[in-house]
Amino acid sequence: MAVLLIAEITDGALAMDATAKTVAAAQALGEVTVLAAGASAKDAAAEAATIEGVSKVLLAEDDLYGHRLAEPVSALIASLAGDYSHIVAPATTDAKNILPRVAALLDVMVLTDVTAVVDADTFERPIYAGNAIQTVKSKDAKKVITFRTSTFDAAPTGGSAAVEDIATGENPALSEWVEDKVAASDRPELTSAGIVVSGGRGVGSQDDFALIEKLADKLGAAVGASRAAVDSGFAPNDWQVGQTGKVVAPDLYVAVGISGAIQHLAGMKDSKVIVAINKDEEAPIFQVADYGLVADLFQAVPELTEKL
Amino acid sequence: MKVLVPVKRVIDYNVKVRVKADGSGVDLANVKMSMNPFDEIAVEEAIRLKEAGKADEVIAVSIGVKQSQETLRTALAMGADRAILVVAADDVHTDIEPLAVAKILAKIVEDEQPGLVLCGKQAIDNDLGATGQMLSALLGWSQAMYANKVDVEGDHAVVTREVDGGLQTIKVKMPTIISTDLRLNEPRYASLPNIMKAKKKPLDEKTAADLGVDVTPRLEIVKTGEPAARAAGEIVGSVDELVAKLKEKGII
Ligand SMILES: Cc1cc2nc3c(=O)[nH]c(=O)nc-3n(C[C@H](O)[C@H](O)[C@H](O)COP(=O)(O)OP(=O)(O)OC[C@H]3O[C@@H](n4cnc5c(N)ncnc54)[C@H](O)[C@@H]3O)c2cc1C
Ligand SMILES: Nc1ncnc2c1ncn2[C@@H]1O[C@H](COP(=O)(O)O)[C@@H](O)[C@H]1O
Repeated sequence: MAVLLIAEITDGALAMDATAKTVAAAQALGEVTVLAAGASAKDAAAEAATIEGVSKVLLAEDDLYGHRLAEPVSALIASLAGDYSHIVAPATTDAKNILPRVAALLDVMVLTDVTAVVDADTFERPIYAGNAIQTVKSKDAKKVITFRTSTFDAAPTGGSAAVEDIATGENPALSEWVEDKVAASDRPELTSAGIVVSGGRGVGSQDDFALIEKLADKLGAAVGASRAAVDSGFAPNDWQVGQTGKVVAPDLYVAVGISGAIQHLAGMKDSKVIVAINKDEEAPIFQVADYGLVADLFQAVPELTEKL
Repeated sequence: MKVLVPVKRVIDYNVKVRVKADGSGVDLANVKMSMNPFDEIAVEEAIRLKEAGKADEVIAVSIGVKQSQETLRTALAMGADRAILVVAADDVHTDIEPLAVAKILAKIVEDEQPGLVLCGKQAIDNDLGATGQMLSALLGWSQAMYANKVDVEGDHAVVTREVDGGLQTIKVKMPTIISTDLRLNEPRYASLPNIMKAKKKPLDEKTAADLGVDVTPRLEIVKTGEPAARAAGEIVGSVDELVAKLKEKGII
């Protein structure tokens, strides 16, 4: 059995954490070949080659793959699929966009957000916002899988796999990239941060979200948000944690002014330690919190920031 | 241009999910069911395209048990023009996999020739998030998933997508498949007169067999279990106590 692992590459840079965690998840399934596709992907390919457990890296460098458009990238992956029993990737928005398309091209089902490998055909994945865990056995000849990286430890580096150039595919010319709006930040990346501080509707405004950001900066943490905070314009969409946002499992998660709806819990309840600050002692977030503080966040958060 | 909107009947997002003790699945008998929230956003967007003169007809489609009729009536009450029900299961616990749903939708696209399919980014029951991309592959169309803003401009659409790093805007050729994210719009409620009117709108019924699609699952459900429970924590009395606890545990 052999695995083709799609590396997460954005503007030439490898998402090391997500890729290394996927290597760890995939190792049980067979020898791992990494596909590094991008407009410039040489450096990313070289970096992926250092992940232990990677046996080969395929480099597909072409402007066509510069913005991870689903149609050309999935055509390339499908054209390589013949040699592999499993095609896998981290469950990022890019891979979730691309892999179901690959699966349909191959006439197989896709398994998204897989949290555990039982055997080469059998996998666990959460359903109903994590209220149930389903074990499913695939009857398809090829398995197409995205792994939820928050549940796997990253494979170490130290390897030195060979990098091989491969032919690139044709341009289906169905879509074009127009623009990316990405806010630059010095903070750690949300899904791989050791500490996450999230704010909810209780924070009240975009200006007051600075309270959350200050606490995060004091802790060297990433910043997250509930859907209500994003919908209200307090925080950008890529900060949303939850069933339909990002899934995080840091060592410490601090939820501020968040009620703890099931859709939010789905994205953070596997955190090692959860702290909740909420003025309503009945808030469901306290049912999953290791430490709960019933307080007005406008007093408690500045005080906490100062005392840390 | 016709717009096709696939709408799924799912457990209402407010209902507390119960896993059956025998591990066979989630209990859906006598549970409140609703339209998948992302599909409400898709119906809303389709109606707005019609109101803006960019679409002539909005067709809602649902695949599953007969009771999915209710979901289609909701779409009609919101403003869809007609509906198609594809009966593919008898038991409310049977979930039709995205690959089979996409194959059924591909047949309907063949019949109806829509210029746009607007679906949800993810069904909140199976949380798979696959149908739109799969349909797009089967049809050889372009795709624009996780839409936060949609502009249909003749032979192409400009779509802003919610992605991990922020927002990405792409331009896709029509016909295309767009999936909705939470911030695309706020779906309207159906008014009582519109609910009454919806009862008279056409609702066509077919079966998966009529369309020649085999819905046999590719994934065998071995078991459905409860997630690991978290142990109860404690309430601290002050910020000082919280800081002390976190230090004591070596977390900070
Ligand atoms: C299809 C779908 C998908 C969804 N996906 C997600 C998702 O991915 N992520 C997500 O988060 N949600 C998601 N939701 C929304 C979810 O159901 C909740 O509506 C949302 O999480 C609520 O956000 P909140 O806790 O910030 O707001 P609220 O529920 O309004 O809670 C605000 C809290 O702040 C507290 N508060 C107010 N003022 C103060 C103060 N001064 N000091 C201290 N505490 C204060 C209140 O006591 C309250 O508990 C989804 C919903 C649907 C239908
Ligand atoms: N049985 C179904 N009937 C109608 N639409 C569906 C069905 N299953 C999935 N869809 C559509 O596909 C989207 C994504 O679903 P999924 O791939 O199952 O997460 C949903 O939001 C619906 O728009």
